[in-house]
Amino acid sequence: MTADTLSPDTAPGAAGDSLGREAWRRLKQNRAAMASLLLLSIITLACVAGPWLTPWGLADVDWNAFNVAPTLEGGHWLGTDANGRDLLTRTLYGGRVSLSVALVATLVSLLIGVLYGAIAGYLGGRADNLMMRFVDIMYSLPFMFLVILLMVVFGRNILLIYAAIGAVEWLDMARIVRGQTLSLKRREFIEAAHALGVRDRTIVTRHLIPNAIGPVIVYVTLTVPKVILLESFLSFLGLGVQEPLTSWGVLISEGTDMMQTSPWMLLVPSVFLALTLFCLNFLGDGLRDALDPKTR
Amino acid sequence: MQEPLLEVDGLSVDFALPHGTVPAVKQVSFAIASGETLALVGESGSGKSVSSTAAIGLLPDLARTRGAIRFAGEDLLAATPRRLRRLRGNDISMIFQEPMTSLNPLHRIGRQIAEVLERHRGLKGDPARQRVLDLLDQVGIPEPARRIDSFPHELSGGQRQRVMIAMALACEPKLLIADEPTTALDVTVQAQILTLLQDLQRRYGMAILFITHDLGIVRHFADRVCVMRQGEVVETAETTALFAAPKHAYTRMLIDAEPHGRKPPVPADAPLLLEARDLRVRFPLKKRLFRPGSDFEAVRGIDLRVRRGQTVGIVGESGSGKSTLGRALLRLLDSRGDIRFDDTALAGLDSAGMRPLRSRMQVVFQDPFGSLSPRLTVGEIVGEGLRVHAPELGRRERDARVQEALNDVALDPAMRHRYPHEFSGGQRQRIAIARALVLKPEFLLLDEPTSALDRSVQATVIDLLRDLQHQYDLTYLFISHDLAVVRALADTVLVMKAGEVVEQGATETLFRAPREAYTRELMRAAFLEDTAA
Amino acid sequence: MLSYSLKRLLQAIPTMLIVITIAFFLMRVAPGGPFDGERALPPEIEANLNAAYHLDEPLPQQYLRYLGNLLQGDFGPSFKYKDFTVTELILQGFPVSLEIGGLAILLALVIGLPLGIAAALRRNSAIDYAVMGTALAGIAVPNFVVAPLLALVFGVLLGWLPAGGWNGGALPNLVLPVLALSIQQIAYIARMMRASMIEVLGSHYIRTARAKGLSERLVVWRHAIRPALMPVVSYLGPAVAGIITGSVVIEQIFGIPGIGRYFVQGALNRDYTLVMGTVVFYGALIVLLNLVVDLIYSALDPQIRYDD
Repeated sequence: MTADTLSPDTAPGAAGDSLGREAWRRLKQNRAAMASLLLLSIITLACVAGPWLTPWGLADVDWNAFNVAPTLEGGHWLGTDANGRDLLTRTLYGGRVSLSVALVATLVSLLIGVLYGAIAGYLGGRADNLMMRFVDIMYSLPFMFLVILLMVVFGRNILLIYAAIGAVEWLDMARIVRGQTLSLKRREFIEAAHALGVRDRTIVTRHLIPNAIGPVIVYVTLTVPKVILLESFLSFLGLGVQEPLTSWGVLISEGTDMMQTSPWMLLVPSVFLALTLFCLNFLGDGLRDALDPKTR
Repeated sequence: MQEPLLEVDGLSVDFALPHGTVPAVKQVSFAIASGETLALVGESGSGKSVSSTAAIGLLPDLARTRGAIRFAGEDLLAATPRRLRRLRGNDISMIFQEPMTSLNPLHRIGRQIAEVLERHRGLKGDPARQRVLDLLDQVGIPEPARRIDSFPHELSGGQRQRVMIAMALACEPKLLIADEPTTALDVTVQAQILTLLQDLQRRYGMAILFITHDLGIVRHFADRVCVMRQGEVVETAETTALFAAPKHAYTRMLIDAEPHGRKPPVPADAPLLLEARDLRVRFPLKKRLFRPGSDFEAVRGIDLRVRRGQTVGIVGESGSGKSTLGRALLRLLDSRGDIRFDDTALAGLDSAGMRPLRSRMQVVFQDPFGSLSPRLTVGEIVGEGLRVHAPELGRRERDARVQEALNDVALDPAMRHRYPHEFSGGQRQRIAIARALVLKPEFLLLDEPTSALDRSVQATVIDLLRDLQHQYDLTYLFISHDLAVVRALADTVLVMKAGEVVEQGATETLFRAPREAYTRELMRAAFLEDTAA
Repeated sequence: MLSYSLKRLLQAIPTMLIVITIAFFLMRVAPGGPFDGERALPPEIEANLNAAYHLDEPLPQQYLRYLGNLLQGDFGPSFKYKDFTVTELILQGFPVSLEIGGLAILLALVIGLPLGIAAALRRNSAIDYAVMGTALAGIAVPNFVVAPLLALVFGVLLGWLPAGGWNGGALPNLVLPVLALSIQQIAYIARMMRASMIEVLGSHYIRTARAKGLSERLVVWRHAIRPALMPVVSYLGPAVAGIITGSVVIEQIFGIPGIGRYFVQGALNRDYTLVMGTVVFYGALIVLLNLVVDLIYSALDPQIRYDD
């Protein structure tokens, strides 16, 4: 039971609070989510700025330190790899790639998915049927095969990774947005807009999309870790980014080969990856609670 | 009064919510004797459901209770969970407001009833089945032998509520708590369920604690009434005494909130504003593979004439097609047949063709929570129509018109920068009315505009609609399942059933001397027959 | 139900056709061919090979030929594994992947469901936080991190279990791959079950069951668990398909001869028939599993009936 049902004709909430601001207030009360947000910001900042701050470059070889375990002396805080390259520097560089893939691919999937889903849901009827049938077919395509094939056909290239992952991840987004649109379409405020003579285009941009945005935001925070995972997975298989670029997946793959002799090479990038994924999931959960449609 | 069966003594319930403790019930006391019916009446948030739920120990974990609830002398608040489970379904049963969702969808109804017998009587197998058949028969389920193996989704709402009653009565309880048991049902079904409860009460001699917001039911059903408001009992009295001479101002207000007054008639030669001939609306049913799709006709050839300044009421139960008719008249749905608004034929107009007319014919919907775009401010919502129909207006002028409209519906214009979720149901409905009014329409479609509101709020909205009609010479088409409201507002009434008009006529004539059996049934169900004479 | 199943399978044919078509032409657009080895073959030998495999025909003709063979259940010979047909390769690899994947799913259900239920029943308790925290960690740590770590700890450092190899499917060789494969699934299932249990426990019919005086045990077992299982069932369809067709990573790390590697190897080697075979196989499996899920659904929920 909420306060709303306890007091009948008085309304809750402070004056002039938009739903967005209220959600943000609820999110701020979620300590796990806020801690995750903080940690994510730190990791992101470190990946963006870090490589300029460390004394080593991505491919710089320290001829005095091959395969050094993490140590505070000598400047290799997280150790070096078999080629004498600083692992911290490489992990931060790898983070740049992993995070940028996450960002771009998620945006690609967001763009395609929202447009496709909103159009299908809004048109409804036969067009909707046809468009969703296509999504179903895409679902029964083995995803990995698709990405692998794209990699093989067009060559390994970071832009392609962005596009390929985004092109695969939009399916869920399209479904979510379509479902939202379908249910919103039946809401009375959309009917009221029709009754006011508001144009279709305005209804979509002013009424449909802003109201579908909540679940989309939540889904985006869950897509980002999925995308990071996919990129790492592809890189692990040797289908991701190529030397001289690196990513967390590549580093983990290298670390796996060396784990018996230099376990830190596996552990360092794994910890970065797992921490990022962990925080993103926590944040996604927190956002979902904060935007919970039931409290609207 | 004889020895009370249930005695609620100084009960307080608080909810420990994350942001603080919210009192739901404050120092409430009432008592019920065996075989008696006590009505617990109040509007939403009065704490009436919380009080009764406390009696069977089913409050959520967040609830903190103080005081005492004595059942046959035993304090239930102090009882162990184990002891409470022995009582529940056995000595104290409960039926709820939501018949559609209160039965487990995955179990057959026979098994769900038998479960109570097994739990409290140890009855299993054939004897249990016999008893279930007998119960189903008693609650008026046709063909119990066939229905016993049905799943809930195969039954109608009324039938499901009957199953709930059978389940509650299985162990012949001493006390039945009925929490708004008819609110979700159509009026005619509602009347049947009430009659059934009365019959069963006579047969089993149980006490009934009847929780409701509907004073019509209270008047006809309860021995005594306990009126609650914001967690407190304001008045307890015998039913007849309470209605004859309410002592507390709130009770008086509740009774006065029953719709009253009549609409002054318009001149017989007032010009026609809206006319429909042989209007039909079809919905395609879901097509199945290898099977031709068929249509469902929701509105089946309806003729309708609305004169300027009139209010035409359309009444009917859910599924009668009344809302579909309203939407078709505004061309929010495709239809066949002729519609004329003033001098324009609407049939065949596309959305661009309709647009100039939209400012002249507006609509207010039922759901005050669903009809306002949640992400726009009230000012933006009310001003949206102006953007479409008066694009020449500048920001400032538009804002002035919005403020004027909010003033018209008695809302503080300063609130236009807030969002809909910050308003109560009644306020939201005023906003929806302002959104329509800002365009200065001639015709308003009112689709159950008061049905989701508490009676006292409803009364103020009805007064507002009346004033506005007078002030702006508005013409209304008023759709409602609530006969009392329609009677107070409409010049003429159409009674709809299954997409057709059963009966129509001038309001008073129709209410005083209904010709059709169905109309009479509706009126009897709404407890209007005795006031009709 | 039988006729419904038949109808569903018939409806899947156009879907499968589209999948096959996309895969076929996408594969052929890729530069290179199956016989581009490290050393270039003499042109006449390559021409002979191409002719033998009908690669010299125009693409549409090859496409129709492939469809024709497929109709007769013939996936064709593998280009890379010269002594095997694609059918043989799949039949060799699939049982291995099925065994590992099936065990992993089973383990995930056996552990994940009770954890999810327990967390839901003691919502916001220490148990709940512990289970959900662990589950989140299970989701956050990908299996290509878990698998090498497991191998490192239990295989290399402790030496309790073989760090890799198949050994004909001997039990000790199964443990680590199954564990690595199931951890993420356990986490997903526990989270999903918790969420849906909480929703069901708040429903009106659970209130009814309590109002009847039923014990909490009966309320949970008889009234709550079955409806709460629904979302898990629909999740299992695609999840099972994904897992039993082989996890490339797990198979690579532990050196398991499943069919997962064929996806990757086939595409890299332009082994057209092998790639097509795995795609068709996977597609068919998804169709089949989705049907099974729907049938289980209708068995669990009487509101869904497939009579016609």
